[in-house]
Parts: sequence; structure tokens; C-alpha cells
Amino acid sequence: MAATDADLAPDQFEDLVDAVTGGPVEFDGLVVQYEDDGYVFEVPDLHREHLSVEELERVAAANAEWVTNWHFWNVVVGGEGTARRAFLRWLEAADEHSVRARYGAMADGGIHHEWGELLVTVELGEVGYRRYELRHVDDSDADPAELTADAEPRDLRDRSKYDDRGRYRPLKTAPSLVDGWVLPDLTSGELKEALGFVYPATVENWHREHEGTLDVTHWRETAERQTGIYDVVDELPREAVEWVTEAACVDSQCLKRREWQYDEGDHLDTPAGDGAFPCREPCSLVVAAARKWTKLEEEDEHTYEFDLTPSEKAQLEEIIDAVADGRTDEIREADVYEGANRYRARYLRAKRFDEDGNLCGVPTEE
Amino acid sequence: MQALVIVAHGSHLNPESSAPTYAHADTIRESGAFDEVREAFWKEEPSFRDALRTVESEEVFVVPLFISEGYFTEEVIPRELRLDDWEAGLWDSDGTSASQATLHADDVDKTIHYCGPVGTHDAMSDVIVKRAETVTGDPDVGEGFGLAVVGHGTERNENSAKAIEYHADRIRSMGRFDEVQALYMDEEPEVDDVTDYFESEDVVVVPLFVADGYHTQEDIPEDMGLTDDYREGWETPAEVDGHRIWYAGAVGTEEFMADVILERAAEAGADVSAALERVREATGGVPASGD
Ligand code: SF4
Repeated sequence: MAATDADLAPDQFEDLVDAVTGGPVEFDGLVVQYEDDGYVFEVPDLHREHLSVEELERVAAANAEWVTNWHFWNVVVGGEGTARRAFLRWLEAADEHSVRARYGAMADGGIHHEWGELLVTVELGEVGYRRYELRHVDDSDADPAELTADAEPRDLRDRSKYDDRGRYRPLKTAPSLVDGWVLPDLTSGELKEALGFVYPATVENWHREHEGTLDVTHWRETAERQTGIYDVVDELPREAVEWVTEAACVDSQCLKRREWQYDEGDHLDTPAGDGAFPCREPCSLVVAAARKWTKLEEEDEHTYEFDLTPSEKAQLEEIIDAVADGRTDEIREADVYEGANRYRARYLRAKRFDEDGNLCGVPTEE
Repeated sequence: MQALVIVAHGSHLNPESSAPTYAHADTIRESGAFDEVREAFWKEEPSFRDALRTVESEEVFVVPLFISEGYFTEEVIPRELRLDDWEAGLWDSDGTSASQATLHADDVDKTIHYCGPVGTHDAMSDVIVKRAETVTGDPDVGEGFGLAVVGHGTERNENSAKAIEYHADRIRSMGRFDEVQALYMDEEPEVDDVTDYFESEDVVVVPLFVADGYHTQEDIPEDMGLTDDYREGWETPAEVDGHRIWYAGAVGTEEFMADVILERAAEAGADVSAALERVREATGGVPASGD
């Protein structure tokens, strides 16, 4: 049974009667209609007919879950065919489970879903209204009292602007969302707004993907469309586009699942990722970075000769790895066993750089 | 249902760039003028490409939070919004007079009212004056004061200078300030020489920029000699060559900008009259001077 006391509010019943006046109501196992000699009320395992409006109200109250479920989806949520509705339905697996099973799960700890780094929980509120909670997936087991309770989606918008070191997050789907907060009590509209702030357009594109209407734009088309200072990016060699996706689009850097390829029928080898929501086109960050790489790729290669010990060569590789994986901060101050340790890097610089910063005194060819 | 989508530049580097867009959008959201209000950015998300699918309304008013007509408003935004039938001629503009064009976006099957940029709206002249009032703390500022309106200049876009001049002319004709001068960052008359262009001891300098960032918080203050190092900040007013310079920072951060955004949408046919009143109350705005 539902955990609610007042099972059906009078206005919910009125809405139902109004709806039936316009034609039969059939929704998630509930059927209510008016026939010449009275109302018909039907839910799984129950069929009543020839009901007066008073009788209908009693039957509806006794089977309130089905009526409040109808009310929530059709009066509160509405939006037939929209991404918002499809997403909310998906959250409680509404097309797979009966009203009773869902109400049971929502009343008993709620139904959870991950969306990027967000954990969405849907719980049963009063008279069938849903309450949504949002928190960071890393806080799934946290006691809400230990989390900072935000009141509205806008608070989360401001939080999601910076990572835990206070650095600006230009890519909203980077896996660097701060934790430690909770939005405990959202309406369905507020939930959608919050998701739109943290991961813009992901619900809409996920919905399109489900409907088979996701409009993927591949690299070539995106690159050729660019003008102004980005006009050059269509000159980036194909193999470099692989490196671009390895640099920016893999799961460790971006939670979107890359659906775009080099071109229709010309797939990139870089893994698309396992994200819940698709990336339908190279984003502005990738296009802007690609502009820089396009210019860099125009340079010719030179042969340089450096004298390095094997450990020094390995150290350079370790430094690049550490920077590329964003690990420099984790390397302990005195951990001189790590090539990317600051003292190790300073030692290498002292030994191998000349006063102009040239490695082994070898000038950079222009 | 009607939606408002505010499109702005945004930044990969500067977190403040989108702040005015969100602030004005919040003001308009609270006014209840639109069923939906969204922000979209060239450099942030939602991107222009995905913006229109984030609203459910069939009728969408798109207002560019840009200073001038030109490359972004005429080429980039319509292209990225997939307004396939767009052509610059639809605005029938002389460079500062764009109002709106009604188009169809095929990927989302919606009617789009594509409005001219906020920066060239007549009410922007009032916002500039308002900014002068805010920075001097004097609601009657004008007499004994010079006003400089500062813009980029021609770099990449000739209409940028037109917008600056347009508002400088309009404010001059109000007769409120002793002197009004348009100044530029990369062409004559240059903002570096601000004191050469004014007789008045007190000069209010208002950059016609959407957001505070590198230009308004680093470049211009240093170029004008308000400070040697922007990181150390500057006085308001600051003494420069015997003048007192009241530097206002980007005009786009002025609250009253929300009103100009609504005006743009209203001209394009959005039903916002009740909300306009509420926004004006909230932002302390004055009714726009009108067309
Ligand atoms: S292009 Fe790559 S980095 Fe950008 S949003 Fe898509 S998957 Fe993420």
C-alpha cells in the first residue's frame, strides 16, 4: 500500500470526473468511463459498473493509487510526447512495472538512477505526488544531515560552475562535479530544471535517441560548417581527430557517450564511452581545441638530438602522463620516486635546461 | 506556450562571462512572462545547436545578448540554431535597426522569432545612463560630467562601432551630460587617451560590453591609467591627468538589461506587458524611450 494517509484529495477526484466527461480515461491499468447508466471503474482485479458519482468517489478512494497515478501523470506532469515526460516515466520504469509495484518501491526508500554524476531518487509524496531528490553519486550512502541542503535548482547551477579546487568547469559534462550537497525535495519541474543546468540538453538528446530521432552531426560536417577563426579546423588530419577524441571525449574526461564519428560510415577507433546520454556533435570546447591542434599539426617535424639518461627519458614520459591524467596534485611533496614529483622536475630542469629554457641546450627550430 | 531563449557568447576561460545572462534570465523567469526561459551559449552549454530542443513551447523568442549586429547575430547564431531560411536581409537593418524576423527551425519544428541584439535597442541608451547613475551614486548625474561610451571598434565587425556611436549620439541629444564621446579599444578615438577628449573634470566611462572579463576588467582600466596593474584594482573615481574617471564596468551587468531583453521579445510579438511592469519594479528601471 501507499505510505500516504489521505489517499485521494478532493480536487484530484474532481479532475478525474472532469476528464471522464471528455471521454474514457485509460491509463497505467486504470479505466474510468461513463456509460448510459453510470460510471465504470476498472483496475487490475477489479471491475465496477453502474456507479453513481458518490459510489465512484468511494471506489476511487479505495483504489487511490491508480487515481493519483493518473492525476500525477496527466494533470501534474502532462507534456505528452515531451522529453521531460519520457524521462520522468523512465525514472520510475513506469512502462514496465505496475502502479502498485512502483508505489511500493517509491514509498520504500525510493527508486534510484544515475545521470552522469548525479543520483536521482524518486520518492512518493502525499496523494501520489512524486518528490525528487538529487545528490552526487559519491554521496549515495551519505546521511542527508551531513550534506548541505540546497533549496533550488539555481543553487546547484552555481555549484556546478567550479570543481572542488575552485576551478571553472567549461565542460559541463566533465566528471568533476563537486559533491557534498543535496537538493532534497524537488518537484518534477524543478528536477528537470536542475538537470538542465548541470547537464544541459542531455535529457532531450537522450529522449531523441530513445525515439530513434537523434540527429548526429559527424566531425566532417561540423568542421566544414565553421567560419571565422574556426574555419581552419576542417584541415585537421583524420588521424588527429582520433587523438582529439582520445584527449577530450573519453569517459575519464567527459560523461557524454560520443555518437559522432569522423564521417557517416567512417568510424573513429576511440571508445564512445558508457555514458547514459549521447553526444550528438563535437562541442565548442573540442572545436576550439581542434583549432589549436590544426595549427600545431601544420608544423613540420624536426630531428632533435638530446642526451638523456634512460631514467630522464622515462621521467619526461611520466610527467606527460601525470599532467594528461590530471594527477600532479596527487603526487606527494617528498615522493621522489614519482617522475612527476616537483623536486624531481626541478632537478631535471636544473640539470638539463640552459638559461633560455631549452632542453639540453638544444634550441627549438622555428 | 511561449519560450524565451537568451543567446550569449559565454567563455571557456572566464566564469563571469555567462553571469549576466543567468542573472537577467532569472529576473525574467521570476516575472512569469514566459512559460519557459533558457540560456544558450556559443562557448558553453546548452550550445546554440541544442538550445531550441530544450524548450517545449512551439513559439520561441530568441534574443541575442550581444552588443552589435554583425558576424555573430547575422551568421553564427542563425546557422547554429538551424534557421535555414535566414538571411541578413530579413532584418532590413541599417546596422543598428534590426528588430526581428520570424522563421521556422526544422529540427525542432518550432516558430522562431529571431530578434535583433539587445545592444542596439534604443533602451540601451537608458541602460548606459543608468550605469552612470549607479557608478556615481547620483540619480541626477549629468551636469558637469562627461560620458564616454566605450566599444571594441572595427575589429572583425564594422557594426560594433555603429552601435557605440548610435548610443553616444542618442545620449548626447538628451542634453543631460556636458559632453558625450564614443571611444574604442582598437581604433581612434582611443580609450587610452580618454582625458584628451574631455574638458569636464568628471568623466563617467561605460564600456558597452555584455559581461565583465579581460577587456573590461584588465585592458581598459590599465589603458586608461586607472591602475598599473589590474590585480591591484583601482579607485572610483580615479584621478587621471587632472580628471576624475568614474569607471562603470560592463553595461551588460546592469539589472535593467532584463527589461531590454523583454522589450526585444515584446517587439517581436511576445505577450509580456504584465511582466514588463514587474521587471521594471524589480530592476528599478525606467520605461524605455521607445522607437
Ligand atoms: S565532443 Fe567530446 S568532449 Fe565534447 S561533449 Fe562530446 S564527448 Fe564530450
